[in-house]
Amino acid sequence: MTAVDWQNLVQGVPSLLSGLLINLEILFGLIALGFAVGILIALVQVYSPRPLAALAVGYEWFFRGVPEMVLLMLIYFGLRQFQVRITPFVAAVIALGLRSSAYQSQIFRGAIQAVGRRQMMAALSVGMTRLQAIRHVVLPQALRLSIPPWSNEFSSVLKDTTLASAIGVIEVFKKARFIMGRNYALALPIFLVVALFFLFLTYAGNWALGALERRYRIPGFEAKGAGERF
Amino acid sequence: MALLVVEDLHKRYGKEEVLRGVSFELERGETKVIIGPSGTGKSTLLRCINRLTEPDRGRVWLNGVEVTSPRTNIYRIRAQIGFVFQDFNLFTHLTALDNVRLGLIRVKGMGKREATERAMRELARVGLADKADAYPAQLSGGQQQRVSIARALAMDPKLILFDEPTSALDPELIGEVLQVMIELAEAGMTMLVVTHEMGFARSVADEIIFMEKGVIVEQGPPEVLFTNPRVPRTAEFLRKITEFYGESG
Repeated sequence: MTAVDWQNLVQGVPSLLSGLLINLEILFGLIALGFAVGILIALVQVYSPRPLAALAVGYEWFFRGVPEMVLLMLIYFGLRQFQVRITPFVAAVIALGLRSSAYQSQIFRGAIQAVGRRQMMAALSVGMTRLQAIRHVVLPQALRLSIPPWSNEFSSVLKDTTLASAIGVIEVFKKARFIMGRNYALALPIFLVVALFFLFLTYAGNWALGALERRYRIPGFEAKGAGERF
Repeated sequence: MALLVVEDLHKRYGKEEVLRGVSFELERGETKVIIGPSGTGKSTLLRCINRLTEPDRGRVWLNGVEVTSPRTNIYRIRAQIGFVFQDFNLFTHLTALDNVRLGLIRVKGMGKREATERAMRELARVGLADKADAYPAQLSGGQQQRVSIARALAMDPKLILFDEPTSALDPELIGEVLQVMIELAEAGMTMLVVTHEMGFARSVADEIIFMEKGVIVEQGPPEVLFTNPRVPRTAEFLRKITEFYGESG
């Protein structure tokens, strides 16, 4: 690399960081949407009567079955056919968030089922309603159990935010391509920088999840070493 | 009218008819013990009484209110019936204190301070005031079962149902749980107990109900059942179970 290449690379970093901020915004949006809808789908699959549960299974099948890139196109360009105009950013949050909700729903369903029916029965036996039992007994335990598998989904969707570039969101991947377009000598280093960004975010996110796991572990109940990898 | 009236309960799981018409009554302050071989519907019967399991047919009254009526607020009924499970079923993510307090706060709408005082009183009653901050996984089986009894007691139940409360316990821990139950019976609590502890049945029960294959074979005071049962099958079962579990308990 020449001195000019180095200079271009260093000059490109602030632009990359501003792009990365967009990725983080998409990430928070999609995780919040995916979390809320995912828990709802899991609860419906476990606790509601058959027709509604079947609907939730259909939802999960659709959003786990359609490629993310296709989902992005369907939601961004597809909605335009019905005169629904949303920004590429919002379309990305919705498409990636709904996809994630389907994956998260199975994390939560597994955790709810691992808590077991006996806990529900004990809660009902003191007079709680099913909703109270879910809120105060089942979910607090299920969410704890969800953290390790959920860290998988987090690591996965973090990287998926770069897909938003396909519908025109100017995020870190798109910015890296702009920089590469101006100077092809930067192809390797600029994407290495992007790779480092994501490696760091994956580390930071999983560290935070590990801390959360330790914070909420149940004394005497956890397997040795849980949440202690970092 | 008796505190608890059970009339002609039926329950079927698929092809298997677990309850085939069970009727009995329980007076205030009375302790009845249900005995019988495994798989004869004893646990199902208890769960049908507070409708943790819905019976197919038959009726239940608690204090004159029909539990089995669709118009009855079943949550209000359940809050008046304590339930002690074979495997304790304490809420694993909560301390002993929170286990006892949760129903008071969420179901009875009690303030936190009042609920804490009440919960501590019940923990002291079962001898576990010093374990208030322990989580279930930090307690022995016997201690967990005593916490679960405290959880039931805190709700001021009219009646407590015990579903084989000592069957999951190591032999040396059975005594501490039975001791608490004996004290409750002496204090006038109304109790319906499914158990294999013949010593407890004999010394504490006002009446024993012998169930087999979904029906009541015989019921009566322990001295009659143990010494002079009407039905030969009762004598046979009692002989077997006494051989196996022994008299003490």
